[in-house]
Order: sequence, then structure tokens, then C-alpha cells
Amino acid sequence: MNSFEPKIIGFLCNWCSYAGADLAGVSRFQYSPNIRVIRVMCSTRISPNLVLEVFKSGADGVIVGGCHIGDCHYMTGNYYTDKRMKLTKELVELAGIEPERLALEWISASEGEKFARVVTEFVDRIRHLGPIPTKNDQKLMKRLEAAAEASKLFRLRLLSGKELRLTGKGNVYGEMIEAEKMDEILDSAVNDEYDRSLILELTKNNALSVKELASEIGKSAEATLGHVATLRARNLLSICSIDGFTPRYKAIRLGGA
Amino acid sequence: MKEDIRIGVFVCHCGTNIGGFVDVPSVVEYSRTLPGVIYATGNLYTCAEDGLASIRDAIKEHHLNRVIVASCTPRTHAPLFQGVCEEAGLNKYLFTFVNIREHCSWVHMKEGPKATEKAKDLVRMGVARAQLLEPKEEARIDVEPKALVIGGGISGMVAATSIANHGFPVYLVEKEADFGGFVRNLNNLYLGGKDATEMLKPIVDQVTSNKNIIKCLKSKVAGVDGFIGNYQVALDVDGKEVKDKVGVIVLATGADEYVPEGLFGYDLYENVVTLTEFEILCKRKTLPKISSIAFIQCVGSRGHVKSYCSRICCNVAIKNALNIAENYQNILGKDERGAVVEKVGVDMKAPEEIAERRRRRRGRRDREGGEEEAEAPAPSEGIEIAIFNRDIMSYGLEHELNYNKAREKHVRFVRYSPANPPKVYTENGKLVVDYWHDTLKLQRKMNVDMIVLSTPLVSPPSAPGISKLLKVPLGQDGFFLEAHVKLRPVDFATDGIFVCGTAKGPADITECVFQAQAAASRAAIPLARGYVQAEALTAIVDADICTGCGTCIEVCPYGALRKNMDGVAEVIVAACKGCGCCGATCPEGAIDLSHYTDSQLLAEAKAALQEAIQ
Ligand SMILES: Cc1cc2nc3c(=O)[nH]c(=O)nc-3n(C[C@H](O)[C@H](O)[C@H](O)COP(=O)(O)OP(=O)(O)OC[C@H]3O[C@@H](n4cnc5c(N)ncnc54)[C@H](O)[C@@H]3O)c2cc1C
Ligand code: SF4
Ligand code: SF4
Repeated sequence: MNSFEPKIIGFLCNWCSYAGADLAGVSRFQYSPNIRVIRVMCSTRISPNLVLEVFKSGADGVIVGGCHIGDCHYMTGNYYTDKRMKLTKELVELAGIEPERLALEWISASEGEKFARVVTEFVDRIRHLGPIPTKNDQKLMKRLEAAAEASKLFRLRLLSGKELRLTGKGNVYGEMIEAEKMDEILDSAVNDEYDRSLILELTKNNALSVKELASEIGKSAEATLGHVATLRARNLLSICSIDGFTPRYKAIRLGGA
Repeated sequence: MKEDIRIGVFVCHCGTNIGGFVDVPSVVEYSRTLPGVIYATGNLYTCAEDGLASIRDAIKEHHLNRVIVASCTPRTHAPLFQGVCEEAGLNKYLFTFVNIREHCSWVHMKEGPKATEKAKDLVRMGVARAQLLEPKEEARIDVEPKALVIGGGISGMVAATSIANHGFPVYLVEKEADFGGFVRNLNNLYLGGKDATEMLKPIVDQVTSNKNIIKCLKSKVAGVDGFIGNYQVALDVDGKEVKDKVGVIVLATGADEYVPEGLFGYDLYENVVTLTEFEILCKRKTLPKISSIAFIQCVGSRGHVKSYCSRICCNVAIKNALNIAENYQNILGKDERGAVVEKVGVDMKAPEEIAERRRRRRGRRDREGGEEEAEAPAPSEGIEIAIFNRDIMSYGLEHELNYNKAREKHVRFVRYSPANPPKVYTENGKLVVDYWHDTLKLQRKMNVDMIVLSTPLVSPPSAPGISKLLKVPLGQDGFFLEAHVKLRPVDFATDGIFVCGTAKGPADITECVFQAQAAASRAAIPLARGYVQAEALTAIVDADICTGCGTCIEVCPYGALRKNMDGVAEVIVAACKGCGCCGATCPEGAIDLSHYTDSQLLAEAKAALQEAIQ
């Protein structure tokens, strides 16, 4: 275990956290050399999908760094980052990966010391967790892929994008949705979309029955059937064969690949 | 791939800053093995002339079409290296910066081989990114040769005059009926001790007589739309609507004084006043007669209510302490009834009693003093002045002399600790400051006639509204936030909008004038040139994928997206700041960000994860 050196990717915003990292350098604050920083203009640019893709590529941990809330150089960017990373964490957890592998940190340009501390603590935490489990676990990898697919879906992106507006300014009918209610809507959407994406992943190469799918995704047959119906309606899943009275489903390949 | 990728890698030693901790030759060696790398070299100082020349020469000699410099931080040095690339005919968007100093050699000084490994990884990431870069054309935007300055305090007036003197028409918008801002409250000014009204007058005159300044008093900015060079502004000028187009905007809306509700008896006792109220009393010559006075510093600042130090209050308190010690006659109120400020009338006669008392006292001292003390003692002699402080921030050259002078005049500086601040209450009808004397280690009391609370300058309640209107950010403390504290201190991240004065944080007049002149000259650059080039860091909508749902239009903080004739989203290149919010939100994934595309970021990440970290 001791020989394990975590590989950490850090997405830092140009104005605050990247500058904070620069200041750590100027001040010679020493920290673990395991992080590889990628500069972006604003943390709001980091989509859930990008983070999940980075995990898929084998990162043991991901740090997203932005300006403190209220300090964003693009005014509202980091509110969205906050929402997006919450959603991402949920997806990471659904995929069976420790959500602590994703950290969202607000670091200002004057917080060089904080940057150094955050990195060292994060690296220690990941060292403790060990390598990302998807490396040696095909099943987990499939789940992660499902999560990455789910993050691309229209409904989730729309909800996470609109959430601020819905909770802050009211929806188009001028109704305000309470933050808790919104969390609930988002939570159930995340769960559903993840399950559906997982079904698609699982049926990519194998035709499976509802019963088999239910046991794979760990949900009731009834709920699974609901997802199967939705996916069929979206033209993403089709019946491939009928085993006695049990239909078996397979994902429809898009783009003919 | 359309063209062969020909990458040149320049690894900097930065003297020993990098070279002392990272094995630069081995990083250079390693770079040569990476895909697309045609040329790699080390430089002692890449940013020195010979370093820059080596980039220029290599681009020509090796027909490089990508350049990577692995050195310090792009936040300070990118423009320099991009400039060199452009000189050698290479589009600046084909340049990649790899930070191996701030992010590597300086923070892993004891890690030796690991630092070198990391530097190699970082170069590999840069190479992966460079492969995917594309040349970009920067859009040219014409600039309307007119300016708008918001706020007619010192800062706004100086900025407007300076822009007007460059020959450009300027709207100067002030919400009050007069120009002058906060200084109109002040009595005299520190450094030189000049009367505030006197100092203000020539500056206001310069504004009123300037033909290029369109003076808008009792006015507000009702609407701002557009982007650098083309801001459509709607002004409410004393009830009348004025619409026009301006190229640049300077924000100088100033600050308010913090009202210390609930602190140190402010709302209990009438003769506990703020610094500004004290200045107003002095200015109107309505100061009640006092025999003792206490200033309490840092009321509400430095972690008390606000986190910051308001910079000016120590010097202002010292100024006022010296006014009392040296110039009491001039600021003294004309009411004989004494200590309660509110009851002091403005136009009452000078109290004969005070004059008489002073005459008597002077006589006595004269007799005691003998020949050497022929100089008449100040009339204020005998007034006890104490400044309760956490530390005295009399920063700068002359302020320290004022501080020494105050000490000479027997102004007492008493330190308190924030954990145990002085208490203010009344005893037998007199105000008392009850404090812990840290040197004597004793709890002590001081009877005073008046207490002055030094409270910080705070961002006015109107700031969030202006921030939304102009689409410029506020910092955590509520003041307007510049693009970079050191490198772009009067710019906003939004092009074409500048900031100066106390709108940006506490500052005194000298500093406000610096800032105002700086903001004016920054603002004059696009006006004088007549056009600007918009950085090609913008969102790009794929019209084939966009369904016209409008989500991106809602989330863009700059109003940089609109629907075009076909009902799909379109980016207004000049307004887009390239934050990428729209891209991460678009439910169809129809938006990417030029120069920071998903595939570029992912390629960097994958390159980083490609080889095990040793
Ligand atoms: C008690 C005290 C004593 C001081 N003593 C000294 C001293 O001795 N020497 C010294 O150098 N400095 C002193 N200062 C500091 C000095 O007052 C400030 O540095 C200076 O006033 C700042 O000028 P400004 O133009 O930036 O802001 P302000 O003077 O605040 O002017 C801002 C102007 O903008 C206007 N405005 C605001 N919002 C809008 C809007 N939305 N639309 C249109 N107009 C708007 C306001 O009405 C105001 O006129 C003192 C400050 C205090 C509090
Ligand atoms: S959010 Fe995406 S799909 Fe919707 S209008 Fe914008 S670009 Fe088009
Ligand atoms: S990147 Fe998108 S959200 Fe950001 S300023 Fe440009 S158009 Fe607006």
C-alpha cells in the first residue's frame, strides 16, 4: 500500500485557485507532488461529464478549484460549479466509487497556504482509499461508464443548469420551488437516469431480462420495468428475443457502430 | 490531421529557480521523445532577450507550428511569449504554457526526482494539448469614441477630466445635486492639512468648465447593454431619459462609512459619534466644548464585523487628534451648553467663557514657564486625547511623522486587544471608557466628554445593483473586484470597464487620484486606437446540434448569447468572456469553448494519467 502514489488531476480556475497555486509557489509552501493541474478560465466550465471521463481515464482523485462564492470573476460561475459538482458526486457514488475522490475547493488568489494544505490533505486521503477501484474491476468500470453517460443526458444537464433559476427566481410560472424540493427532484432524476444508463451499459453486448437487470442494478423488478419502458420509448432499448414468456432486451446502438 | 504537427519545447532553468530542483537537461531529453516534438532545448532564462531570440530562431529554422515554454506562470508571462511567437509569424493561440516553477520546482524543493518526474508529466500534458490547438483570428471591434464615468466624487471627477482632456466626450453621472462625493463631509485633509472644500474647488471647477464633459447631476444609469466599444447606455438625467452609445465605462461610485449600530454605545449616547460625524461637526464649527476625548479604532473592521483594515482611519484619527491639539479654536462649536452634540446649534456665538478660561490658563503657564517658554501654549492644552487602538497603521512617509507629532502633543495611544476591547458606559452623567491597560496590567477608567468611533469604509448598498447592471463582479467584502490585484488593478475582467477610488476598497484621496488617472489612461487606449481585438476565447455553438432551448442564454452572465434567425443560439463574440458556463449547461452538449475545448482538457488529463507517477 505504501508504494501507491495517487494520481490527482486538478482543474483550477485562472483567476483564483490557479493564482492561489501560484502563490503557494511564490511563498514556497511545499505540498505533495501528486497533483497535475489543468488550467481553465472558470470552474463553471467543468461539466460533470468531464470529471467522470477523467475518472474513467484512471485518475485516483479529482480536485476542482474555484473562487470563493461571491468572488467569481464571472460573477455567478461558481454557483453553477457548486451545483454541478454536487450532481457529479452523486453520480460517482451511484457508480460505486467513493465520492471523497472528488473535491470541490474554493481557494482565492491569496490563499497559497490553503492550496498547499488542501492538496496534501487530499493526497493523503486518496492514499488511504487506495487506487481507484475501477482499475481492476470490470463491473465497476461499467457502472462508471453508465454514470458518465447519464451525465450527458438532456434531463440532468437541463435540471442542473436550471436549478439556480428555479430556486432563485421561480420557474416560468413565477412559482418558487423550495431548495429542498428541488434537491429531491434532482436526486430522483439522478438516480433514475443513472439506472437507465447502467441498463444500457449492461445490455450493450448481452440480452438481459427485466429480472436479471433488476438484480444487476439492485432495484425492484417494478422499478426496473419502468426504466425499461422509458428507454424503449426513447428508442434506446429493444426486445431482442423472447425466452418463453420473458422478453430479453438489448441496447440499440446509435450511429451504427 | 491537416498539417504535420511540429512542436518546439523550451524548458527554462530560471537560473536556479527551476534548474536547482528539477533536472532540466533530462526534461529536455524526455521532451524530444514525445509525439510531434521536433525541437527541444533548455534556456537559462527564457524570458531574457537571448531566450526569446532562441524561440524566434527555432520557429524559423525548424518550421515549428507549435511552441511550448515550460517555465513560470502563464498569469504573468504568457503575453510575452505569445508576442514572440507572433513576431516569428506563429499565431499566438498555438503557444502552450507549462508551469514548472510555481507549480513544481518551488513547491517540491525537497522532492528531487519526483519534481523532475512531475515536470516531465507537465510537459507531456502540454504536448498533448498543443497537438489539438488551432490558430484563431481575433475579431476586430470598432470603438465608439465616448466614455461614461459613473460617480462624481474625487475619483470620478479626476477620471472624467483626464479622459476629456484626451479629447473624448465624457458623460459624468452623479446621483447627488453636486459633485464632490464623500470629501464634501470632511473638514480638513491630512498631509498639508488643507481645507477640504478648498481642495475640492479647483477640481470641481475643472469639471464644470470642461466642454468635453457632459455633466449629469441628480442622475442615474438606468441601463447598460453591449460590450467594449459598443455600450448602449440609458441615463436618467434629472428625470429625463438620455440614450447614447459609449466605448468605455469607468466606475467610481465610492464607499459609505460603516454605521456602528450597537457598538460602543453609539446608539445609546449622543456624544458617541463616528469619525465622519466628528469631521462634520468640525467643518460646521459645531463641535461642543470638550476637556477630554477618546478615539476608538477598528470599530467594525479587521475581523470585528468586516474582515479588512480600512487603511485610512488611523491617519484620519491622528489628523483629528492633531486638530484638537493644535487647532481647537478653529473647530470648536459655538454653543456653551456643552457635551451633547445634537443640541449644538450651527450658528451660535463663540463661547466667551472658553476664551476667558484659556486666557487665564495661558497667563498661569507663562508665569511658570519663564523666558524659554515664551511661545504661547496651544489653547487646547489640557484637553486629554486618547486613541484606543489595536495597532496604529500610519503607513507611508509622512504619516509616521504625524504620528510622532501627535505623541509630542501628548496624544495618548492606548492599545487594546480585540479579545478584550474597551467598554463604554455612563457614570454620574459622564461617559466612561473602561479599558484594560496591557502594560500596567490594570483595569482602568477614563472619563471623557466625547467618543469618536473609527469605522471602516464599506461598500454601499447600491453596489450589488451596479454589479448586475454592468456585469462586473464584487469581491467577498462587497467592493468591486479588479481583474488582477497587481497586474491589472484598475481593469475589470470585463473588457472596456474600469474601476477606481473607494468603490474598489478603502483608499485616501492621493490613492484615489492615482487610480482615477490610471483608469482614465487605461480607458483612453481603446478610445484612441479606435478599435479593439477580442480574445478568441469564446463559446462556439454547433448549430446542427442546438435545439434552441435557450438554457445557455439564461445562464450566461454576460448576455453574450442570443437566438438567431434560425432559432438557434449564437455567440456575440465581443461580449463572450469564455467562462464556459453555457457549455457545461447546454443540455444538448451543443457548445464547446474555443482554446479550452473538452477534448483539449481531456487530452491533458489523459496525458497526465498515462504513465505512473514514480
Ligand atoms: C472620516 C473620513 C475622513 C477622511 N479624511 C481624509 C483625509 O484627510 N485625506 C484623504 O486623502 N482622504 C480622506 N478620506 C478618504 C476620502 O474621503 C476618500 O478617499 C474619497 O472621498 C474617495 O473618493 P471617491 O470619488 O472614490 O468616492 P466618493 O467620494 O464616495 O464619491 C463617489 C460618488 O459617486 C456617487 N455615486 C455613488 N453611486 C452612484 C450611482 N449609482 N450613480 C451615480 N453616482 C453615484 C456618490 O454620490 C459620490 O458622489 C477620509 C474618509 C473618511 C471616511
Ligand atoms: S442551451 Fe444548447 S441547445 Fe439550448 S439554445 Fe443553447 S446551445 Fe442551443
Ligand atoms: S462562455 Fe458562454 S456563458 Fe461564458 S460568456 Fe461566453 S457565451 Fe456566456
